[in-house]
Amino acid sequence: MFNILEAKQLGTAVTQFEIEAPRIARKQRAGQFVIVRVHENGERIPLTIKSSDPQRGTITLVVQAIGKTTSLMSELGAGDALLDVVGPLGKPSEVEVFGRCVVIGGGVGTAIALPTAKALRDAGNYVIAILGARTRDLLILEDEVRAVTDEVFVMTDDGSYGEKGLVTDKLRQLEAVDYVLAIGPVPMMRAVAEVTRPDNIRTVVSLNSIMVDGTGMCGGCRVLIGNTSKFACVDGPEFDAHDVDFQILMQRNAMYRDQEKLAMDRYRESLLPACRGEGARRADEGRNLSGGERGDGDTHA
Amino acid sequence: MRGATFPEGRGEMETPMPNTISNKDRMKLPRQHMPERDAGVRARCFEEVNLGFDPALAKDEALRCLACAKPTCTKGCPVAVKVKDFVALIIEGDYLGAAAKIREDNVLPAITGRVCPQEDQCEGDCVIAKKVDSVAIGHLERFVADYERRTGQIGIPKNAPSTGKRVAIVGSGPAGLSAAGDLIQRGHEVRVFEALHELGGVLVYGIPEFRLPKDIVRQEVDVLRRMGVQFETNVVVGKTVTVDELLGEEGYDALFIATGAGLPQFLNVPGEHLNGVYSANEFLTRVNLMRAYRFPEVDQPVYDCAGKDVVVVGGGNTAMDAVRTSLRLGARNAYLVYRRGEEEMPARAEEVKHAKEEGVQFRMLTNPVEMIGDARGWVTGVRCVNMELGEPGDDGRRRPIAIRGSEHVIDASVVIVAAGTSANPMIQSSTPDLATTKKNYIQADPETLATSKKGVFAGGDIVTGGATVILAMGAGRKAARAIDAYLNSDC
Repeated sequence: MFNILEAKQLGTAVTQFEIEAPRIARKQRAGQFVIVRVHENGERIPLTIKSSDPQRGTITLVVQAIGKTTSLMSELGAGDALLDVVGPLGKPSEVEVFGRCVVIGGGVGTAIALPTAKALRDAGNYVIAILGARTRDLLILEDEVRAVTDEVFVMTDDGSYGEKGLVTDKLRQLEAVDYVLAIGPVPMMRAVAEVTRPDNIRTVVSLNSIMVDGTGMCGGCRVLIGNTSKFACVDGPEFDAHDVDFQILMQRNAMYRDQEKLAMDRYRESLLPACRGEGARRADEGRNLSGGERGDGDTHA
Repeated sequence: MRGATFPEGRGEMETPMPNTISNKDRMKLPRQHMPERDAGVRARCFEEVNLGFDPALAKDEALRCLACAKPTCTKGCPVAVKVKDFVALIIEGDYLGAAAKIREDNVLPAITGRVCPQEDQCEGDCVIAKKVDSVAIGHLERFVADYERRTGQIGIPKNAPSTGKRVAIVGSGPAGLSAAGDLIQRGHEVRVFEALHELGGVLVYGIPEFRLPKDIVRQEVDVLRRMGVQFETNVVVGKTVTVDELLGEEGYDALFIATGAGLPQFLNVPGEHLNGVYSANEFLTRVNLMRAYRFPEVDQPVYDCAGKDVVVVGGGNTAMDAVRTSLRLGARNAYLVYRRGEEEMPARAEEVKHAKEEGVQFRMLTNPVEMIGDARGWVTGVRCVNMELGEPGDDGRRRPIAIRGSEHVIDASVVIVAAGTSANPMIQSSTPDLATTKKNYIQADPETLATSKKGVFAGGDIVTGGATVILAMGAGRKAARAIDAYLNSDC
């Protein structure tokens, strides 16, 4: 069992957990993820680690309630526990002195991009953050991002906060960019790749393909990178955006859409009448967000 | 005669019932058949196929053993189970004694009794097999192990006094468990690290419920726990902790790497990224470990095979497990596609027989060249060519050659590729001074299983490439002997 020491709401249907996992806390580096199982009949889902505290022996995860498992998780609080947490898995982010770096976070992708943004700046890079959200209530971790970057731009689809527009609108305005890291919904990452392709700016994305074991054993997370099959769990999760076949990624992420919907509908029906309204509302909003949460077998917008 | 039939170390029996039948007459006794669940029924459920011997069947079968002075069956067993001794105890009716006798050499008898390829090992080397059907050693082993489990009186061997030495075992599959059992008996402290959330490795993620019920694995693991073995799940050695940290900060005196088969190999044909195309590892892990056959009662889904056509590619036990699993998930047609002939299939004879009885359609000498899909990215069929066998290749097996103009399509909504595995690099890449082979398997001395790194041993599929449960268990025993010797020297 992995105890939850703290749980706090970061935004609509987005929860941050501090979880006791001393072995993982000691080893975690930016860009790595864990696989979590919530209960005895639960599925295994990957979640990227936002940060860790080796002294306290804890890791921090940010979870958006979208499918059944993440909705179950969002019901948990301090004093509860996760049944299984394994990691840190995947290769750490590549952190070098690139120069002017742009780190783009879409939705909960911001939580995943945050540790790498910090690592890039610690390494001596100039780091510009672009945070994207559909609307103001869905923007998370802005202050934490400001604390570890040199400049921050916020883009909302509806203009309710920051500038109205897409993260790619802002990216196009920036000059002399040496390196881009984009983490968020697949359509966003694909759009970023197209913006930087003509100038051949090194661009890295973190892929949220469906995983089971997370150790290379099942091959379910395979992605097509420059016509070669790679396993996101052991070869990634970060890849050169210009080599990624995003079409296949989106296709494969939709593989269990029918089952995910069934599981979610049953979950909602199982909620007590008193909380049904609330649970359903939160789940609906989660569904409308375009992904962003890493992997989760059930988060495909 | 009597001397040959009375083994040493017999259990405490009041009135022994020796095998008084002459050797000549024993040879005339027919091999007893394993009772099986009806093929039509079992092909649609996950209940175990083989139902096991009852005491009468077991005795009738045990009486066929000649109790040879030089038992070749024991020689044929990778862990050297004293076959004639335990068979003699069955004749005497001392089933618990028989189980304890097996346990001296094999810590997982209920498992090996079910999954060993006996025809290539003990039974293949059985003396009478030259003339008649061999003694059904596997069925007898299973009988006494199940009897022992049912009574709850598991003969836990006594451990030697504590040596104060600590051994870390990486992986809780057959190699790791058998090494753990031997090392704990020799007085060492043993801790097994497992990457998944459940213990048993391939026994829980790979081998299906209908061939090896998970309860049996759990009980065998519990026996080891009661013997004093410690287990820690959710630890990926190489990621969560490294080999050097285990030997350093964590203070282990020796380490056994038994991480098993690794990354699934695909065919590298066009279309393998289509939805509905699985590796056998993924398909079986979803169904076995995650129990996706019970979705939506459990949360992990697997693509719904009900009423669909399923193609499984491969000829090994994994392919058999996958294709038979697809039937149980409701497949309308379940095809086994293999590029060589049935004779060349590496699968156990019993699995092939069971698969046929259950209605699997064998498409031998057939090789997939492309997966075909629809506009939404879902697989709809497999384009195949027919093959013929040519001259033997480097591995001594006749090479399959494509027959020109034989292209055809087998319709399928699910395609499962069981084309073997390659080495998982996680430990190797995090342990720079560990020597590996060209294919990145870990190099280990064939006799001691010692690696290039002091105090580190390796065995099972991570050394040999994909093999069988019992060979991995044999490696575990071998490693345990060598680790014990190493710990008793000055290290």
